[in-house]
Amino acid sequence: MPESGAGRPVGAGHDWRAVLDATWRADAGRLHAGVVARFRRLDLAEDAVAEALGRAAARWPLDGVPENPGGWLATVAGRWAQDRLRAEAMHRRKLPLLAMEQRDRWEPRGDSLEAAPTKHHGPPDVGDERLRLLLLCTHPALAPEAAAALSLRLVAGVSTAEIARLFHVPEPTMAARLTRAKKKIVNARIPFAVPVAERLPTRLDDVLRVIYLAFTAGYAPGDGDDVTRAGLAGEAIRLARVRDEELPGRRAVRMLLALMLLQHARRDARTGADGCLVLLPDQDRTRWRHDEIEEALGVLTAPADGPPDVDGSELAGEFELQALIAAAHATAPTAADTDWAAIARLYDALERRTGSPVVRLNRAVALAEAQGPEAALSLLDGLDDRLRGHRLPAVRAELLTRAGRRDEATAEFRRALDLAPDGPERRHLERRLDDLAPAGPDGTGPA
Amino acid sequence: MKYAVLMFGKEADWDAADEAAQAEEFAAHDAFMAEMARRGAVVAGEALQSVRDATTMRHEGGRWALTDGPYAETAEQLGGFYVVDAQDLDTVLAVCELLPRNYVVEVRPVMEVPE
Repeated sequence: MPESGAGRPVGAGHDWRAVLDATWRADAGRLHAGVVARFRRLDLAEDAVAEALGRAAARWPLDGVPENPGGWLATVAGRWAQDRLRAEAMHRRKLPLLAMEQRDRWEPRGDSLEAAPTKHHGPPDVGDERLRLLLLCTHPALAPEAAAALSLRLVAGVSTAEIARLFHVPEPTMAARLTRAKKKIVNARIPFAVPVAERLPTRLDDVLRVIYLAFTAGYAPGDGDDVTRAGLAGEAIRLARVRDEELPGRRAVRMLLALMLLQHARRDARTGADGCLVLLPDQDRTRWRHDEIEEALGVLTAPADGPPDVDGSELAGEFELQALIAAAHATAPTAADTDWAAIARLYDALERRTGSPVVRLNRAVALAEAQGPEAALSLLDGLDDRLRGHRLPAVRAELLTRAGRRDEATAEFRRALDLAPDGPERRHLERRLDDLAPAGPDGTGPA
Repeated sequence: MKYAVLMFGKEADWDAADEAAQAEEFAAHDAFMAEMARRGAVVAGEALQSVRDATTMRHEGGRWALTDGPYAETAEQLGGFYVVDAQDLDTVLAVCELLPRNYVVEVRPVMEVPE
């Protein structure tokens, strides 16, 4: 970052707004993290950076775009934060500082508020401020949803209004949630620091969990238009890229990135002309983003370019299996070409790793395609106590239908209908039950 | 920065613990206090007697009304606390991992009252 404020103007004809938007998108996390690292004040970071953006919008059309737009913004934000601190000092207001490891602290020099860096002893690959900001925002002492929102706000630079829209809550609600999280960070002294080596793998897994939570929130069934949902998923992918840039060569984040890219590549095909959800087998595969699928496959199959798998991540294997399943779907030219036997094997491995009943249900669906309904039905035995809701009886009903066991199928469809909430899935179940048997005096629905 | 470490557990667990189990629990506290002292300070710490002997006071209708028993009748009860001093939350959370595993532990920053 330059010492002087403005760089060389490149001419008033330049599209300054495009440069400002692009800089903001690329550097929001770095700009926030820079102010936090220097002044140890989370509350100042957003204001300082917002101020810098405002000044840029005022100055750049007149002076031209500076040579180093990111550096210009960082310098202006830093100056503004410093002025604010001076003003606070005059009013003898002391606000709590963020906790930092000693080695990363910038201590005030004498009576001046000018901050000076102490010597940095951190390992070179984990010293970056932006990584520390991401670790701070995803700290497990914060509620996961708040952590996801805070990461989007401070690391990805998504506006509070936009985050509120993405999570389908009113803007004041989201603003309050973000404020609460920031207050807890300061009051409980959650440190702006890279944890010690033996804790790092767990904390990096926490980061990935929060990113994946933000991603899946984008695709959670519910109301809200698909453009919005795809937007949130796209921002989550951007967070994963930040994490990958900060600490390259780690397998878990590469696998998560591949998984999200593969799922996200199907976004345009998920909605039909009538706005209804289109399930995977019925999707128009020409509407998948094949360039993104290619990128994901490249990530998935690339040999590790960093250190060998010493991450200590518990999630790497899980994300890899999920990504391989998504890849098996993404590379099938038509639904009929899907390699269900391979997918069933992957689900088998995933189930052994996670013990999840949902994974077992998905494994049964894959096995039904590969080997037929009877093999799949036996997988569902003993699942009833572990998996509540309508999905288990619905899947069992479909398998029983396919096996020609009509009476049992009817009973399972009714069980599913007892549990299914109103919505497209329920209407689908009603149609399937109607298909099965002509409606008799007692055949129109659940009791 | 000071934190209160509030420890919750089932009183029945302690009542049922044999000598070896009690010794193990004491050893966990010794380890916690030694490590906390190394990475900050243990300012205070007490184990509480049973909630059976607790008295709860509540100001109602212009006077203090007393009830026999704890503030909240829950499966787990506050059984003891520490006040510790440490540089940040992560330090406290890491040392608290040494506490007996049948506890539920709440870590609360202590309010700093300006002089």
